[in-house]
Amino acid sequence: MPASRKVYMISGGVTKFAKAHPDMDFRLMVKRAFDYAMNDVPKLKASDIESTRISYFSDHFARQLKAASMVQDYLGMNPKDSRRIEWGGATGGQAIQAGWETVASGRNEVCLVAGFETMSHVETWKGNEFIALASDTNFDYPVGGFYTGYYALMVQRHIYEYLRKTKFADIKDEKRAQRAATEEAKRIMAMVSVKNHVNALNNPYSQYPENLSMKGALGGEMVAYPLNRPMICTMSDGAAVAIMASEEVAFKYTDHPVLIKGVGCGTDTMRLADRPHEKVPIFSWETDEYYSKLKYPGVHSFRAGRTAALEAYKNAGIRDPKEELDFVELHDAYASSEIQTYEDIGLCRYGEGYDFVDQGHPFLEGVDYGLELRHRGTLPVNPSGGLIACGHPVGATGIMQGVFALWQLQGTVGKHFGNERLQIRDANRGLIHSHAGTGSSVTVTIMERA
Amino acid sequence: MPGPKKFSKFRDVMKEVNRKGAALYKNPVGTEDLVILSPYSVKYIHSYAEDSPFFLGLAKGKLLGSECRNCHYKYATPRSHCMNCGHETRWFPLPKVGRVHSWTTCYFGSEEFLKETPFNLALIEFDGVDTLLLTRLKGAKEKDVYIGMKAKAVFKKTPRYLISDVHFVPA
Repeated sequence: MPASRKVYMISGGVTKFAKAHPDMDFRLMVKRAFDYAMNDVPKLKASDIESTRISYFSDHFARQLKAASMVQDYLGMNPKDSRRIEWGGATGGQAIQAGWETVASGRNEVCLVAGFETMSHVETWKGNEFIALASDTNFDYPVGGFYTGYYALMVQRHIYEYLRKTKFADIKDEKRAQRAATEEAKRIMAMVSVKNHVNALNNPYSQYPENLSMKGALGGEMVAYPLNRPMICTMSDGAAVAIMASEEVAFKYTDHPVLIKGVGCGTDTMRLADRPHEKVPIFSWETDEYYSKLKYPGVHSFRAGRTAALEAYKNAGIRDPKEELDFVELHDAYASSEIQTYEDIGLCRYGEGYDFVDQGHPFLEGVDYGLELRHRGTLPVNPSGGLIACGHPVGATGIMQGVFALWQLQGTVGKHFGNERLQIRDANRGLIHSHAGTGSSVTVTIMERA
Repeated sequence: MPGPKKFSKFRDVMKEVNRKGAALYKNPVGTEDLVILSPYSVKYIHSYAEDSPFFLGLAKGKLLGSECRNCHYKYATPRSHCMNCGHETRWFPLPKVGRVHSWTTCYFGSEEFLKETPFNLALIEFDGVDTLLLTRLKGAKEKDVYIGMKAKAVFKKTPRYLISDVHFVPA
């Protein structure tokens, strides 16, 4: 990002994500997260904040239009520059980049990024309907009307491309081969679910910490084959806040600001049915030959995620994310999309996502998962517990990831979580990934210890 | 007049609110939260606009795709301008038989379709067509369906002018 100024995240705050917060409306939730963030940088005064970027996904859930203006009002930020950010599931990730942008451009020295969602106002099935309205309402919603169904369609094809055609290529009976491949994928998705739920046991902000076993993860109620309940994030109430500052002022407010090293953003068609079948855009360490038989992205992979990662790595000067990242907080709305995302952002090649989990790479060292893992801790993914275990109050989620990454890179997880068990030692660089729609919009942001 | 009833379980609060319109939640954090029912419904006047011929086609038992007049990219889910080159498309009849490109069985869903569960969703691919069509696959259970399975279009006798006027069954 040669033309822009350096931007730092200097503080953050998160409310505990919960099924419902009937004692706090959206303004008070944001205020709590805001006060927490301000208390962490006592030298920063509210008057030093020059602008705000306020994010929430759905007016349907909020049942209050212009809710961002009401947050601005409640926080006492009037009459400063402000705007609402909405980008589906990636609303929070986009809000962080919007905060980065206004500081990077030189317009502001300090920008407050604040997000929330209040999803408890309706029953779960109505909530599913609201979320599904973020699919094409002429061609998709009246058929499925259900996001887990869309993600099940995508992972079924992913399994077909990457397990049926490889590990299970020898089985001649097509239906039997596909079933065997899906069973194998289910086992590995269950491992992701175990990882994220068990990680969350040490995260006091999480909604669903659980000492989940493989038996429990595999035995969950089926929602859309092959995705069952423990493999899917839930709806939540919650808020999160991050404060962004320029290099000129960041070190005035804190000794431990964290640099926004690179940002990236990508998009794809809203309708799954429209996804192209073309060539894979490759990272520097990949070759076209490796993917010569692959039609991309199809419905099996997220071109938006790869595009965002390509841009972010270029901006951050990252050549090999496996070597140069110490952790990743990614948008695991589904255990399946966590695995798909490993491949999109280059933690492994396309087709290697299942093995990446099976071998233990994304698991933390020093946490007991009740699993045999050969290569654990190579690159921890979702040490916080991710969306699956933390919950997913959409407008807050991407900001929450940013705040958890900030604390990892500051080495302050112990202070904020009340225990050190999720602190990754000497964490120097992390990636946060925010994802929307059926993979229609993705942001990737690289954060680095200053 | 008696005030709203008080409950310490939020699930009970929701039940009472649905019945009586208001309830008090004795919150473990120490507050007493007043919760009310706030209904909201709306009827939209929705035009299919440039997609209208597709839905009129369904009512006549026709499945229409669109083909770019310039680069000849073929869309199974129609769009009036090509996403590759930006040129206008023209309508063409899609084959009535295709193959399952991917599928799932939904056991849960959104409010509107909850009563229809379990149901199969499938993306259908057609020979010589570049993109897919999302549809319901009926007449098959979870154990029956597989990628590559042939499927054919079936049309509703009484159209509702919705994409669900067409569904697919195993061919």
